[in-house]
Amino acid sequence: MTLTQTMTQAPARKLAQRVWPPLRFVLTVAVTFLGLLAITFVIGRVVPIDPVLAVVGDRASVETYEAARQAMGLHDPWVVQFARYVGDVVQGDLGQSVSTGRAVADDLARVFPATLEMATLGILIGVALGVPMGVWAAARQGTWVDQVIRVIGLAGYAIPAFWLGLVGLVLFYAKLRWVGGPGRIDIFLDGMVPVRSGLLLLDSAIAGNWEAFRSAFSHIVLPATILGFFSLAYIARMTRSFMLEQLGQEFIITARVKGVPERVVLWRHAFRPIRVQLITVIGLSYAGLLEGSVMIETVFSWPGIGNYLTTALLNADMNAVLGATLVIGAVFVAINKGSDALYRLLDPRART
Amino acid sequence: MSLLAVDNLRVTFPSDQGPVEVVRGLSFALGRERLGIVGESGSGKSMTGRAIMGLIGAPGRVTADRLEFEGRDLRNLPEWEFRKLRGARMSMVLQDPKFSLNPVIRIGDQIAEALEFHTQLSASARRVRVLEALEAVRIDDPERVARLYPHEVSGGMGQRVMIAMMVVMEPALMIADEPTSALDVSVRGQVLDIMDDLVRRRGMGLLLISHDLNMVARWCDRILVMYRGQIVEELGAGALNTAQHPYTLGLLASLPKLNEERATLPILDRAALDGFMAGAAR
Repeated sequence: MTLTQTMTQAPARKLAQRVWPPLRFVLTVAVTFLGLLAITFVIGRVVPIDPVLAVVGDRASVETYEAARQAMGLHDPWVVQFARYVGDVVQGDLGQSVSTGRAVADDLARVFPATLEMATLGILIGVALGVPMGVWAAARQGTWVDQVIRVIGLAGYAIPAFWLGLVGLVLFYAKLRWVGGPGRIDIFLDGMVPVRSGLLLLDSAIAGNWEAFRSAFSHIVLPATILGFFSLAYIARMTRSFMLEQLGQEFIITARVKGVPERVVLWRHAFRPIRVQLITVIGLSYAGLLEGSVMIETVFSWPGIGNYLTTALLNADMNAVLGATLVIGAVFVAINKGSDALYRLLDPRART
Repeated sequence: MSLLAVDNLRVTFPSDQGPVEVVRGLSFALGRERLGIVGESGSGKSMTGRAIMGLIGAPGRVTADRLEFEGRDLRNLPEWEFRKLRGARMSMVLQDPKFSLNPVIRIGDQIAEALEFHTQLSASARRVRVLEALEAVRIDDPERVARLYPHEVSGGMGQRVMIAMMVVMEPALMIADEPTSALDVSVRGQVLDIMDDLVRRRGMGLLLISHDLNMVARWCDRILVMYRGQIVEELGAGALNTAQHPYTLGLLASLPKLNEERATLPILDRAALDGFMAGAAR
């Protein structure tokens, strides 16, 4: 190889190194979504619900039925149908919902932010309390602190969501009047805030409508706290066991040998290495919350995706079911990709 | 005045069968010299090191008639006072750098930590000291190594980093707990050489804990032979051939020789040994 060849190849390789990672990222995301679409498509075909009957009703004549079937493209080979389905989804067309009579995409744009807002607040509460609790329990392993935290965690697993929701409503809404009742906002304020993101807290803050903000907050705080409590139980338990594993490592002894204060041993030496594992745990709980907690959404009349999906399922509203499934799948993909990116940021061993 | 005075040191752990004594009445004094402790695994040598560093946490219990370091009584020393000694006046090199270095903190920052909690130095002054410490353990490009993470260096270099971390505050006592048994044979001599050089030049006391009789004999001035939590014999480094105790003799006999004529190496006759020790105790 001559010198000039080496010199022209080097920049090309450098360019490839810079272009390839983001390209690979886009490709994997695209392939994952295609797989997701294939699955929802297959589910849509195999369920024993006739989409034609859902449109024409069961008293239609054979001719009407056939015409509708033709119009819906169900005579075409499934490859063509799948291609059309993918094309529609890419253009944001998820079909009409039978039960609401609106475009599924519009429905989802309305219900998903409601769930997103509650789940985000819930996970923030779960992380803000669960992580320190887990660290504290590990640092005081076997003492009463550990026991109390264990019992709180156990309660988070054992208590049914609807029961906690109902008791919370009776106590904090009906008796104490500390929080707002079911729904996202007080009725007389409903629709008063211009919709931008669909997140009421954010929209009312942008609009500077602090009365609406206060009302939305008082409505969301109880269900979000209950969701937070459930994710807290899981996060605290996992944090505790991750921390115990790290606290048994040799480098913890090294830190103590250096005379590092115990608080720093805990947060710098033991906590830093577990951040990657915690991200997986938090990501999974967040994704779980974003699926929509049907129980909590029902008890609090929360117009979220869990409620929407359940109603659609009960009404055999397949377009809505598939659309919601797609959104939930997309949430999982996004959270997975997000935690992958965070891994590389937080763990030097994962960077190469 | 000796650097470290230990009299009747005992370390006890509770178990289902009642308390188990892993160190049983150890007494020795250490000046600014190199003292070796040899013994098989489970003989209590590592626990001795950790007891001196005050690192035996509950449920373990440490008692002694005397445990003095630089004239200070270490028994019942409050934890915050002990912390001021650890890393500053006394330090300990652990066995395997693969496990004893924090995987997610840069090497330079890990070395700087002792300075961070024991001095008022500014970050830039700490950095200078860190680079000096890395140079002292014969690392050629300290600037680069300081920026690396532990998984990016070899075992031998990792252990040199560990030593740098432990001498950066120039302590008076260094305990080295099996500092080379996790390393390649080819770099062991080099690591011990560096450690020896630092210890001598700074007039530190060294407590070298190992199972390797020959190594300890080569790098130490005096040797304590430990068996079942007790010192069974004390030897001058050059005087391995004067060993009297059956345990030491057994250890020496079990070492393979270069021009080996024996078909099998002898193993310790523990029944006879225990009988001997029971007789000696009486």
